[in-house]
Amino acid sequence: MSGTRIELRTAPHAHAPVDVPLIMRHVIYALLPIVAWSVWLFGLGTLLLILTVTATALATERLLGGEGGERSIRDGSAVITGLLLALTLPPAFPLWMGVVAAVAAIGLGKMLFGGLGMNPLNPALVGRAFVQAAFPASITTWIPPLGAERFTSVAPSTLAPPFLRPEGLAEWIADQRVDAFTGATPLGLFKFDGVITPLRDLLAGTTAGSAGETPALLIVACGLYLAFRRFLDWRIPLAVMAGVVLAAGPLHLLDAERFPDPWFMLLSGGLMLGAWFMATDMVGSPVTPWGVLIYGLLIGLLTVVIRLFGGLSEGVMYAILLANAATPLIERLTQPRVFGAARRKE
Amino acid sequence: MSGRRLHEFPGGLKLEGHKSLSNAHPIRRAPLSELLVIPLQQHIGEPAEPLVKVGQKVLKGEPIAKPQGYISVPIHASSSGTVIAIDDHPVPHPSGLSAPCILIKTDGDDKWCEPPRFILDDWREMEPSALRNRIREAGIVGLGGAGFPTFIKLNPGTAPAVDWLILNGAECEPYITCDDLVMRERAEQIVGGLLVMRHALHAARCLIGIEDNKPEAIARLGEVVAALGDDTIEVVPVPTRYPAGGEKQLIKVLTGREVPSNGLPLDVRVVCHNVATAAAVFQAVEDGRPLVSRVVTVTGHGIQDPCNLEVPIGTPVEDLLREAGHFTDSFERLIIGGPMMGFEITSLRVPVIKTTNCLLAVARDELPGAGPQLPCIRCGACAETCPARLQPQMLYWYSQARDFDRVQDFKLFDCIECGCCSYVCPSHIPLVHYYRYAKTEIWAREREREKADHARRRHEFRQERLEREKRERQERLRKKQAAAKAGSDKKAEIQAALARVKQKKAKQAADGEATDK
Repeated sequence: MSGTRIELRTAPHAHAPVDVPLIMRHVIYALLPIVAWSVWLFGLGTLLLILTVTATALATERLLGGEGGERSIRDGSAVITGLLLALTLPPAFPLWMGVVAAVAAIGLGKMLFGGLGMNPLNPALVGRAFVQAAFPASITTWIPPLGAERFTSVAPSTLAPPFLRPEGLAEWIADQRVDAFTGATPLGLFKFDGVITPLRDLLAGTTAGSAGETPALLIVACGLYLAFRRFLDWRIPLAVMAGVVLAAGPLHLLDAERFPDPWFMLLSGGLMLGAWFMATDMVGSPVTPWGVLIYGLLIGLLTVVIRLFGGLSEGVMYAILLANAATPLIERLTQPRVFGAARRKE
Repeated sequence: MSGRRLHEFPGGLKLEGHKSLSNAHPIRRAPLSELLVIPLQQHIGEPAEPLVKVGQKVLKGEPIAKPQGYISVPIHASSSGTVIAIDDHPVPHPSGLSAPCILIKTDGDDKWCEPPRFILDDWREMEPSALRNRIREAGIVGLGGAGFPTFIKLNPGTAPAVDWLILNGAECEPYITCDDLVMRERAEQIVGGLLVMRHALHAARCLIGIEDNKPEAIARLGEVVAALGDDTIEVVPVPTRYPAGGEKQLIKVLTGREVPSNGLPLDVRVVCHNVATAAAVFQAVEDGRPLVSRVVTVTGHGIQDPCNLEVPIGTPVEDLLREAGHFTDSFERLIIGGPMMGFEITSLRVPVIKTTNCLLAVARDELPGAGPQLPCIRCGACAETCPARLQPQMLYWYSQARDFDRVQDFKLFDCIECGCCSYVCPSHIPLVHYYRYAKTEIWAREREREKADHARRRHEFRQERLEREKRERQERLRKKQAAAKAGSDKKAEIQAALARVKQKKAKQAADGEATDK
């Protein structure tokens, strides 16, 4: 061919100054305070976990992306997946299992379907679901926040060699000089011991739990930032929370002994992180106005059902994955009335 | 002004107007070009058919091409001179292709032909059909951009009645100010044209919708309408929001009625015309002046002296640019129309036609181009901004998959190609381009199917004829054979009869012998 290059430019010739990397960058900015708080709460091991998982996510995207891999890691979406995945893992999760989770997240959750924009399910949650099934013990092993030695030592499980059972944490936790640590999350405490964690701890995040899921207040603030910058559909977290309240409220009124109040359900576990940062993943959520509402309510409802009636103490992950899977159906059922089309009941 | 309750159309965008670049000075007359290039197709419908020969002298306003078919209008010489060619020439079209044009070398006299006799009649006493004919004879088409023959849109047909006649002075697209200037300077003509149109349509009420970023135009038209003392005519400022000037969107904003999908404004008893078209109608009916010139905005940071020019139809673009002070050093590209719906041209020889409203000379970095295309992440920004309430991301999905049935399920043909979705897309996907591709592909398939249907019908007809001929042949054969068979039976009878006679004779002979003995 000759050297002439014909550039085809079609209308519109103007463009809004927004692009995908910009959106992704702002999501990363919004996650950074949560990451920082998580490291403050749980220490060096958690920092190592977050770095390892994010680096693995990037490397997987680069490797599996083939020729486009170099370009696709630059859009920032793999960083978000890595960060989000790390924030959903227990703070002392073995690093090698974190690597497995990240490879599963990007490989099975995203690249298998064709990369950015093609994944039906939230990739970070696919990765977490994978390790939940693969390592049921490690994924439910928690450490206390604000341990005394958290910046000078690393929990033995963090550096566990690959394919070996991590050693017990009892000794290391004893070194942390934390009062009355039971080794359970607020949801676990409630489900198995009937103990309600104080609201103040839930808001600040000073409870046991996954690396980045505990500080409810901070997560809401970061989510609101994205919502104000219009990089996040605020209707989704709102609908999720409404779904939780609508499902947990009546149950609590029915039997306050068996069912906790909606506040506890909203602020404990991964609900806030899931509602603001996972359910809002654009690719797997509906676009239609009614679809968004149904999707959010469904997540809230499923979360409550799994938490209160299922075998697991936490259900946000599966609730979001199920709602992701239902998205095409929800969208088909909620197509808006096209301008000029007859109203249905007229 | 009025306290009319306005409505909202879905979606839309707030865009930077850039109108003050070009609307500060009054309309100037563009100098007459030496060569006028007048395409035979300047409107939607059938192209016109030339009436002149090469070498023929023509006067300004003389018809040089006549309409072919119903959806077509005549074309007039926009100045006096000599026809030097009737040939293909580059025309303002996104394809950049050439099309048949009449080329006139002007003589500089700009001499009008005799005005037609009809201007002596008073239009108020004319039959609407005669009025429509007059407007058609003047070659008037929608000057807002689409170029649909105006006389057709002035025909209410079998519709029960027209409730609203709307004049569209919204001019929502950035940069363009020609309608703004026409409204400021020719408000009387616009209102005059409105009255003519109203007479043709028997419209009950009239509205003039203008975006509220044009206060001078609103004030000027308001004065003229007030002087008329007719409270069935209202000037209505509408909120500035792209694409408020889309026909369906403006009708929604002003009346709350939604033109049905696949329908016409007439289906909701509304007719909508552009303000400059109304002025042209007035000139045609009152002065007998055909459409030989129009106002064109020449603007952008790529041109030294942005302005609005009254331009004879057929004037080459390069002459206009010269009049506007030619390109600045930072000039990058030239667009006909606005930044949202216009198209880029590469030849400066293309002429201004009836639908050319703006020449936009874009400077470097003035309209930052979209970056490289990225995958769709279903963010939904497009759906939020779509004024037709479509799901652009689904249309894109099925267009690129070439699934043309599904793309029509998502109402592709309700897309007005306003460009809002592409404007906001963070993945820089040229969405409108995909929709145009899908539309063209579907039209092509429809034509193919029609052709195939035609061929199939012909084939079936031929099959049937062959069958019939075969049947007839067999019928004939059968008759012949039957006849032949019948023939052989007779022979046997004759043989039998002969045999009997012989027998008889033999018997008689024997008897005779016996008697003889």
